[in-house]
Amino acid sequence: MTTMHASDVDVRPLDVPAMVKEAGLTALVLFGLTIGLVGFETRDVPGGVAIRTRFDDVAAVVVIGFIGRIALILLREHRPRPVLIGTVAAAAGMLVLLLSETLFGPHTGAVVKSLIPFDDPVVVWGLFVVTVGFAVRAVFAIRHMASTLSLEERDARMDRIGARVQHAARLIGPVLLALAVVFPFTPMADRQLLDITILVLTYVMLGWGLNIVVGLAGLLDLGYVAFYAVGAYAFALLGTTYDISFWVTLPFAGLMAATAGVLLGFPVLRLRGDYLAIVTLGFGEMIRVILLNWYTFTGGPDGISGIPRPSFFGIAEFTRRAKDLPAFHELFGLPYSPIQRIIFLYYLILALALAVNFFTMRIRRLPVGRAWEALREDEIACRSLGINPRNTKLTAFGIGAMFAGFAGSFFATRQGFISPESFTFIESAVILAIVVLGGFGSQIGVVVAAILLIGLPEFFRELQQYRMLAFGAAMVLIMLWRPAGLLAHREPTLRLFPRGGGPKGAT
Amino acid sequence: MQNSFVYFIDQLINGLTLGSIYGLIAIGYTMVYGIIGMINFAHGEIFMIGAFISIITFLVLGMVGLSWVPLALLIVLIVTMVLTSVYGWTLERVAYRPLRGSPRLAALITAIGMSIFLQNYVQLLQSARNKPMQPVISGGIELMQDRGYVVTLSYMQMIIIVLTVVLMVVFSLMIAKTSLGRAQRACEQDREMAALVGVNVDQTISVTFVVGAVLASVAGMMFLLYYGVIDFFIGFLAGIKAFTAAVLGGIGSLPGAMLGGLLIGLIEAFWSAYFTVEYKDVATFAILVLVLIFRPTGLLGKPDIEKV
Repeated sequence: MTTMHASDVDVRPLDVPAMVKEAGLTALVLFGLTIGLVGFETRDVPGGVAIRTRFDDVAAVVVIGFIGRIALILLREHRPRPVLIGTVAAAAGMLVLLLSETLFGPHTGAVVKSLIPFDDPVVVWGLFVVTVGFAVRAVFAIRHMASTLSLEERDARMDRIGARVQHAARLIGPVLLALAVVFPFTPMADRQLLDITILVLTYVMLGWGLNIVVGLAGLLDLGYVAFYAVGAYAFALLGTTYDISFWVTLPFAGLMAATAGVLLGFPVLRLRGDYLAIVTLGFGEMIRVILLNWYTFTGGPDGISGIPRPSFFGIAEFTRRAKDLPAFHELFGLPYSPIQRIIFLYYLILALALAVNFFTMRIRRLPVGRAWEALREDEIACRSLGINPRNTKLTAFGIGAMFAGFAGSFFATRQGFISPESFTFIESAVILAIVVLGGFGSQIGVVVAAILLIGLPEFFRELQQYRMLAFGAAMVLIMLWRPAGLLAHREPTLRLFPRGGGPKGAT
Repeated sequence: MQNSFVYFIDQLINGLTLGSIYGLIAIGYTMVYGIIGMINFAHGEIFMIGAFISIITFLVLGMVGLSWVPLALLIVLIVTMVLTSVYGWTLERVAYRPLRGSPRLAALITAIGMSIFLQNYVQLLQSARNKPMQPVISGGIELMQDRGYVVTLSYMQMIIIVLTVVLMVVFSLMIAKTSLGRAQRACEQDREMAALVGVNVDQTISVTFVVGAVLASVAGMMFLLYYGVIDFFIGFLAGIKAFTAAVLGGIGSLPGAMLGGLLIGLIEAFWSAYFTVEYKDVATFAILVLVLIFRPTGLLGKPDIEKV
C-alpha cells in the first residue's frame, strides 16, 4: 500500500443524510421491482394457480441493495477502506454460510444453512462473486487513489488493448491455428470437450459470416438465423429425399441460402439501420413460421431426421462395418472408435470457418470489400462517388447468407436431426451478440466472444436455468462497459503512407 | 357461415379488441423512438411483466376475499400501473441512459440483452408454465343473430375498448395541454435546444419511459383478462406486432400508433377468420415489409430527410 495521500484527490466530507437518501431511493426502487414478481410466486395447483409469498427474499434484496449502494457511494467519494473491510467480512460470512455443511458437519450445518435468505444457493454464490468484485475494486482504489476511470480513459485503454491484440493477431493467429489443428490429438480432448469446441467453432463461423454483413457492410441483420435455417433445411431435404452425399449437397445448400438472402434483401436493403433490423427480424420469424406449418414439405414441428452423415470425402464412411463405401478405420488400418467421426467433424468445421475467415480477409482488399466499408461509414458520400449502394449491400447480404447456409448444412449433418426449434430469434440474437461484443469487424474478437458466450456457459450446464439470464445480463453489462465492443479497434484498410514508410510521426 | 354479415361483424369486434391492446403497446415504442431515436426492444417484456403483476394482484385479492369486481379491477389496474412503471423507469436508467450518445447499435444490443434478461427473470421467478386465470367478467350483450349464429359483444371487450379510449384521451390531453407534454414534445423536436431553454431532458425521457410502461402494463392486464392465460414469452410476439403497428402508423406519430395497432388487430382477426390461423404472423410481417417498401414513413408519419 502506498502512502500517497489525499492531497491530489478531492476528498469531500461525507454528506451522510444525502448518502442515506440516495441509498434509500435505491432500496425503494428495488422494493418496487421485487415486491410483485419476487414477493409472490404463482404456483400451479390442480384446477388453477395458487400463490405463495416470498417476502424474506424481497427484504434481503432491499437490504443488500441499500448496503451495496452505500458501498458504491463510498467508493465514489474516495473512501475505499471501509468498503474493503465490509466486503471482505461479508464475503467471508457468505462463504461460511455456503460451506456450512462441510465446515460444521451435517447437523449444525443444516441449521446454519437455513439462515441463507434465498431458496437457491446459486444466488448467494452470485452475490459472493459481486462482493469479491467490490473488494477488488476497493483494493484498486486504495492503490491508485482513483476509484473510477472515466469512460474516455477506459475506452482509450481498451482501444490500446484492442490495437495491441490486432497487431499481435499476426502472431497469435498462426499459434491459435496450430493449437486448433493439434487439439484433437492432445490428451485433454475427450468427447465432451470436442463437442463443445465444435459448437464454439460453428458459432465462430456464423459470427464471421455475420461480420461481413454487420461488421463490414454495417447492415444490422436480426434475422441471420433464417439463412442458417434455409441452409440446414436445404441440406436435410436434399440429403434425405435424393440421398446425395454431403459434399455434393453442401454447395447447393449455400447457393439456396444465398438466393434467399438476395431475394429477401432486394426489397428491403434501402431501409435505414433500425428499420432494416426489424424487417430482417420479421423475415427470420416468417421463415420459422413457414417451416413450422408447411407440414408436407418440412415435417412441421416434427422436423427432419435421418439426415446423412458426412463421408470421408466420398472415400470412406465412419461406420463400424463397410456398406456402400469402405469403413474409415478399415481403410486406414485403425481400430474402430466413434470419436473418429467427431474428430473429422471438428476438422470439417474448422476448415469451413477458416475458409470464411480467409475469404473475409481477402475480400476486404478487393474493390467490393472496400465499397462495403465505405458504405458503412457514409452512404451519401458513396453514392456521390458512384458506388451503387443497393448492389453493394446485396453482395454483402448474399455472401453472408451463403456462409450461414454452409454452417446450417454442417449443423444438420452433425445433429442428424433438425426442427424449427433450433432456429428461433434467440439464435440470431446470440450470433449478433458475438459480433457486436467482439467488436465490429474484428475477426479475433469474434473468436473471443464466441468462447465467452458459447464455450464458457457449456461448462456450467448445471446452472442451466440461470444461463440465459446471465447471458442477457452479460450483453447489457459488456455494452455498458464498452459500447464499441470488446476488441474494437478500427485499423484503416488503406494508408496514404504505408507503415514505416511515411513522413515522421505517421503511425 | 364464413360469408355472412354477422360473421364479419364478429371478427370486426375481435379485431378492434386485439387492436386496442396492440395500439397501447405501440404508443410506448413510438414515443421512445420519437424522443431518443432507438427501438426499445424490451418494451414487449414490460407488457409481459404488466400481465404477470396483474395476475399476481388478482390472486392476492382473491386470497384476501375481495369479491366486488369493479373495485378489484380498479385496484389491479392501479397496482399494475405503479409496479410496472418502476420497471420502465429502471430499464431506461440502467440500460439506456449510460449509452446515450454511443453508437445506436450499442443501445439496440443492450435492449435485446434486457429483453432476454427480463424474460428469463420472469421465467425463473414464476416458472415457465402457462398461467391460467378464471374469467373475472363474463356475459355480454347480444348484438345480432343470423341463422343461429349469435354475435355478442362481451362486457370484457367493452371494457377493453372503453378503457383504451379513455386512456388515449387522457394521454392525448397530457401531451397537448400539460407542461410535461410540452417538455416531451420539445425534446422530441430538438433535445439540445430543449435543454438550453430549461427543459430537464433526463427527467422528460424518464417520464416518457414511465408513461410507455403504464400503457403497456394496462395492455398486459387486458391481455390477461381477454385470453385468460399468459406465459413468460408473450412479450416477444406482442412486442414485434406492436412495433409493426407503430411503423405502419408512422413511427413518432401518436395517433399513428393507435391507428396502426387497430389495423394490425383487424388484419390479424380477419386473416385468421378467412384464411389460415397458422400464417397470421406471416401476414403481419408481410404487411410490415410492404409498408416499409412503399411508404417508409408510415400512414401518418412525417418524411425524414437525411442531409449531409
